[in-house]
Amino acid sequence: MHVLSTIRLPAKLDNLYKFMGVVSHCAKEQGFTQKSIYDIELVMEEALVNIFNYAYKGKTGDVEVICFIDNDRRFIVDIIDSGVPFNVLSHKQPDLTSDISEREIGGLGVFLMKKLTDDIQYRRENDKNILSLVVSKDK
Amino acid sequence: MEIIKRKEKDIMVISVKGRMDAVTSPLFEKDMTDLISKGEKTFIINFSKLEYISSAGLRSILATAKQLKEKEGKILFAELVGPVQEVFKIAGFYSIFQAYDTEEAAISQL
Repeated sequence: MHVLSTIRLPAKLDNLYKFMGVVSHCAKEQGFTQKSIYDIELVMEEALVNIFNYAYKGKTGDVEVICFIDNDRRFIVDIIDSGVPFNVLSHKQPDLTSDISEREIGGLGVFLMKKLTDDIQYRRENDKNILSLVVSKDK
Repeated sequence: MEIIKRKEKDIMVISVKGRMDAVTSPLFEKDMTDLISKGEKTFIINFSKLEYISSAGLRSILATAKQLKEKEGKILFAELVGPVQEVFKIAGFYSIFQAYDTEEAAISQL
């Protein structure tokens, strides 16, 4: 496991592009395809925006994003916050069959995260939420 | 994100360029709300230049569609490509929206 980059910034929407920029750059340097980079950016946005909106309940706090590459050439992004304990993956799957008026968007972000990663894990450790996203190169 | 609007007879043709994410999507939704409140009822959204869409983008589309439904309006999509097409597919948006390969094909449906 090799750390490629670490970035820590306040949990707010203004910083979204900074987080994404650092991670995309790493993925690009590792030779990931445009499509994989798209997936990584999308999954990161979903995870980060969720933290920006809910983790600190109106108070301020930081988010730390660490990218790794493992021995199997898989790209791993750890997204860490010190907000309230929250497992984003426990969100129930959205109903993808209801019509426009009944269609709800809640849960769609999490659904996209699960579909576009090879693996996604949540753990609570030392009062921190850690979400680990894995995208492999040959996707 | 850049939004290019064009009126073709009574159809609003909207071309979205760039990214529809958590930062930009509220601007798209606001533009659509403004047009709807001015009485526009029929929309074709051309996504041929859209490079990226997240759930925030999908949310703004759904909010627009809900407003239009109340006013008995219509929204069609045209020229979805690459990853945007895939996100639409995963999100099940093809079961609630009509999408066409070309803008002309969408216009001919109206």
